[in-house]
Amino acid sequence: MTTLTVNGQTHQIEDVDASTPLLWVLRDHLGLLGTKFGCGIGQCGACTVHLNGTPTRSCSLPLSAVANQQITTIEGLANSNGTLHPLQQAWIDHDVPQCGYCQAGQLMSAAALLKDKPKPSDAEIDAAMSGNLCRCGTYLRIRAAIHTAAGQTTIMGGKAS
Amino acid sequence: MSKLQQAQSDAAIRDVMEQVLGTQSLVSRRSFLKLVGLSGGGLALAFYFGDEPAQAQSSGGKFAPNAYVVINPDNTVLLYAKNPEIGQGIKTAFALIIAEELDADWSSVRVEQAPVNQALYGNQGAGGSTSIPSNWDVLRQAGAVARAMLVSAAAREWNVTESTCRTEQSKVLCSDGRFLSYGALAEKAISLPVPDVKSVKLKERSQYQLLGKRFTGVDNHKVVTGQPLFGIDTVLPGMLYAVYEKCPAFGGKVQSANLDAIKQLPGVKDAFVVEGNGLATEVMPGVAIIATSTWAAISARKQLKVVWDESNASKDNWNEFVKQAQALSKQSGKETLFNNGNVEQAFASSRNQVEAFYTYPYLSHATLEPQNCTAWYHDGIIELWSPTQQATRSVSMIAKLSGLPADRVTVHQTRAGGGFGRRLMNDYACEATVIAKRVNAPVKLTWTREDDMAHDLYRVAGFHSFKGAVDAQGKLSAWQDHFISFTADGKTPTSGGNLEVEEFPSPLLPNVRLTQTLLQSGTPTGPWRAPRSNGIAFAIQGFMHELAVAAKRDHVEFLLEVMGEPRWLTPGAIRSLNTGRAAAVIKLAAEKAGWGRSLPKGRGLGLAFHFSHAGHVAEVAEVSVDGNKKLTVHKVTMAADVGPIINLSGAEAQAQGAIIDGFSMMFGQEITLDKGRVLQTNFNQYELLRLPHAPQVEVHFIQSEYGPTGLGEPALPPLVPAIVNAIYAATGERVRSLPLSKQGFKLA
Repeated sequence: MTTLTVNGQTHQIEDVDASTPLLWVLRDHLGLLGTKFGCGIGQCGACTVHLNGTPTRSCSLPLSAVANQQITTIEGLANSNGTLHPLQQAWIDHDVPQCGYCQAGQLMSAAALLKDKPKPSDAEIDAAMSGNLCRCGTYLRIRAAIHTAAGQTTIMGGKAS
Repeated sequence: MSKLQQAQSDAAIRDVMEQVLGTQSLVSRRSFLKLVGLSGGGLALAFYFGDEPAQAQSSGGKFAPNAYVVINPDNTVLLYAKNPEIGQGIKTAFALIIAEELDADWSSVRVEQAPVNQALYGNQGAGGSTSIPSNWDVLRQAGAVARAMLVSAAAREWNVTESTCRTEQSKVLCSDGRFLSYGALAEKAISLPVPDVKSVKLKERSQYQLLGKRFTGVDNHKVVTGQPLFGIDTVLPGMLYAVYEKCPAFGGKVQSANLDAIKQLPGVKDAFVVEGNGLATEVMPGVAIIATSTWAAISARKQLKVVWDESNASKDNWNEFVKQAQALSKQSGKETLFNNGNVEQAFASSRNQVEAFYTYPYLSHATLEPQNCTAWYHDGIIELWSPTQQATRSVSMIAKLSGLPADRVTVHQTRAGGGFGRRLMNDYACEATVIAKRVNAPVKLTWTREDDMAHDLYRVAGFHSFKGAVDAQGKLSAWQDHFISFTADGKTPTSGGNLEVEEFPSPLLPNVRLTQTLLQSGTPTGPWRAPRSNGIAFAIQGFMHELAVAAKRDHVEFLLEVMGEPRWLTPGAIRSLNTGRAAAVIKLAAEKAGWGRSLPKGRGLGLAFHFSHAGHVAEVAEVSVDGNKKLTVHKVTMAADVGPIINLSGAEAQAQGAIIDGFSMMFGQEITLDKGRVLQTNFNQYELLRLPHAPQVEVHFIQSEYGPTGLGEPALPPLVPAIVNAIYAATGERVRSLPLSKQGFKLA
C-alpha cells in the first residue's frame, strides 16, 4: 500500500504495482482525468503535475517515488472555494485553448513558474514552458496569458467574452 | 494486407475526403421542420431536408422549436452544436451563429454537443474547413425560426402586431415599453405554428451584435480546470482497458504470439489475436491485451512476443523512393494531367529558364491525444465514445464489424485532442468495436504514442520536377511540373497525393504542362491539415518566387500579374479561386508587413499566396539566418479573405495555430520508412515546435461580401513557401527540400 497526498487529500493506494507511473494512478485509480497522457517518455509535458511544488512529468514518475509527498494536479490548481487561479482566468480571458489537451500541463508548468518568479520575463517564460508541447500552436496566447496573470499586461485586442 | 485491401482502404479515404469537401453541395436550401423526439422527455423540431413542416411541441415549459435550440422557463438558452469539437472552435462558432439570429443573451447560453443522429442533423463531422460554410444557412435559420415564434407569442400576449416588437438579449420588447423574457414566453411559443424557414428574415451583416467579436471557447472553463472532456477521459462502471499491437510493417499478419504467458501477467484479463479485415481504415491484424488498468495493459505488452508474417507487408524504403524520384525527375511524367498552349515553343522563345526539383516528406498527424475509443456492448446495442472527426460515417462501419444493425449503434462524439485530418478515419473505433465484442464489459482502447506514430495514415510525400520560363518582358511564359507521387492501386494517387489541374497557377497561364508518375507504395496515407495544399504550396509558391527572381521582378508585382483581372476561375463557384480576392490579400499582407523596406544583412522578407479550402490567404514572413544557419522567424503577417468572421478570437486562433503548425511541420518533421516500417517512434524523433520558437503573428481579415468559409486549413499552406522565400531573401539560399532541420538549419 502506498500513501499519496493529491490536492491536499490523502489516498491509500492498494493493489497497484509500485512501478506504475503516477499519471496512470491519477487517471485510472483516482479518477483524476485532468492530467493527460501524451507521449509516455517525458517529451510533451501533457502529464505535468507539481511534486512538492516542482513541475514534474507524471508519466515517468513511478508510484514508489511519490509516497507521502505533496502532489498537485490541475484539479487542485483553483482555490478550494472554486476561485480560479489567476492563470486559469487569464487562459479563459485570452481564449488560449484550441483542442485543450495540453493545457492542463501548460497551466501546471506556468503556475510553478509564477510561484518562483511572479513577474517573469519572456526569457524566463521560454525556459519554463519549453517542455510543454502544444500541437495546435497556442504558444502566443500562453505567453500573453502568463504575462496577464502576472499583472504585467492587459489583453491584446480586448478580452474575449 | 494485400495490394487489393490497401487499394480498398485508400479508396475509402479518398471517398471520405471527397464527401467532406463535397458536403456543401448536399445541403439543400429547402430546409423544413420535422417533429421528432429529443432527450429530456420533450419533443422538439428538427431541421431536416425534404419533409413536411409540423407543429412545434415541447414539454415541461421548455420551448424547443428545432434540434438546435431549447429555451428554458428560467430564461436560459441551450444550444446544440452538431459537429465535433477538435480544437477548431466549432462548438463556440456554431452556437454564436444561432444565438445571433435568436438574439440570445450570450451570458445565459449553454452549449452542448449534439447527439449523433443523421436524421436530425445530416452529416456530423469536421473536415475540409467546411463546417461553417455547410451549416451557415441552417444554423441561422434555426435561430431565426425560434426568434420569430417568440416574437409571435409576445405579440399575441400584448395583442399588438409583430412589427411593433423587436428582440434583444433574450427579450421581446414592444414599442410601448413593455417587454417579456424569452423564458416567460417559452410556454406560449410552444403551441404556435412553426413558420416556413423561407419566410423568416435573416439579419443583415450590419445588424450583428455577436458575430465578428471576440468570444472565449464555451468549454474553456472545463478545459482549464481539468474536467473530463476528451475521448480518453471516458470512464464507465466496470470498464476494462485495452492495448492493441499491430505489425510494425504495414500489412503484416499475426503468425503466433505468446498469449498464454501474457494472460498470466498481473492485471491481465485476456489476450487474443484479432484477425481484422486488412483495411488500414478499419481493422488491421494484431494482438489485443485486456487488463484492469491502462498501465497493466501497457506493462503486459512489454512481454508480448509476436511472430509476424510479413510476406504481404509493405517493403517501402524512403531513401529508395527519393532515388527513384530523382532519376524520374530528369524525364517527363508517365501520364499527362494537363496541357495548355505550347510549352516547348515558350521555352524556346524565353529569356530565362529555371529548373528545380522540390521534395517534401511523409508526415504524421501526431494529435496530442493519442487515438482511443471506448466501446460497450450491452442490451443488444453497441455504444461508443469516440474522439472522431467523422462520427456519422463511423456508424455503418461499426454496424458491419459488430454485426448489429445501424440503428443499434450509438456513437457519442467526445471532444478530440486535435484532429488535423487524422480522425476523419475511424480505425481506432473499428478496433474498439471488434475488441469489445470479445469482452464482457465496457472497454477503453488506448493507443500509445508509439502506436500512433507507427500506424497513422500519413501526409503523403511528394516530388515536383519543375521547369519554368520568363519571356523578354519578364512575364511568366511557361510552367511545367512533373509531379511524382504514390499509388496503392497502381493507377490512382494515394489519398492526399493528387495534383489537381485547377491548382494555382496552371489555369492562369498560357503555356502549361503537368505530368505525373506514381510510385507503388504500401504506406497508408490520408488527409493532413490542408490536404494536398500543405505540400504543394511549398513547391509551387517557392518555384513561383524562383521565377520572379529569375525575371528580376518584385515578387508581389509578379504574382499580381499572374492573377490578372479580377474573376472567378469557375464562375459562380464560391469554392473556386477568385483572382480579385487573391490580389487583395496579397496587397494587404505586403502592405502590413512593410514589403520592400530595406533590412540588415541576414534578414529577409518572404511572401507567398495560396488558395485552398475556399480561403484566399497571403502571408509574409520576416526571418533572420546567421552564419551558422540559425534561423529565427520573427514575425508572420497574414491577410485572409474567408468572408465574414464568426468569432474573431477563434479565427485569429486558427490563423496563429496554422502558422505555428506550418512552421513546426516544415522545420523538424519527417516520417521516414524502411522495410515497410516508420522509423520515428515518439516526439524525441518527430519534433514539434516549442514555445520559445513561435513567431509573432499578425492577422488581417478582409471580410468580403461573400458567405463565410472555413479557416482551420487555408492559413497553413502559404506559411511554408513564405518562410522558404524569406530564407532566400535573407541568405540567397534556396530551400527545395523539407524539413529545414535536414538542410542544416537550426533554431536560434
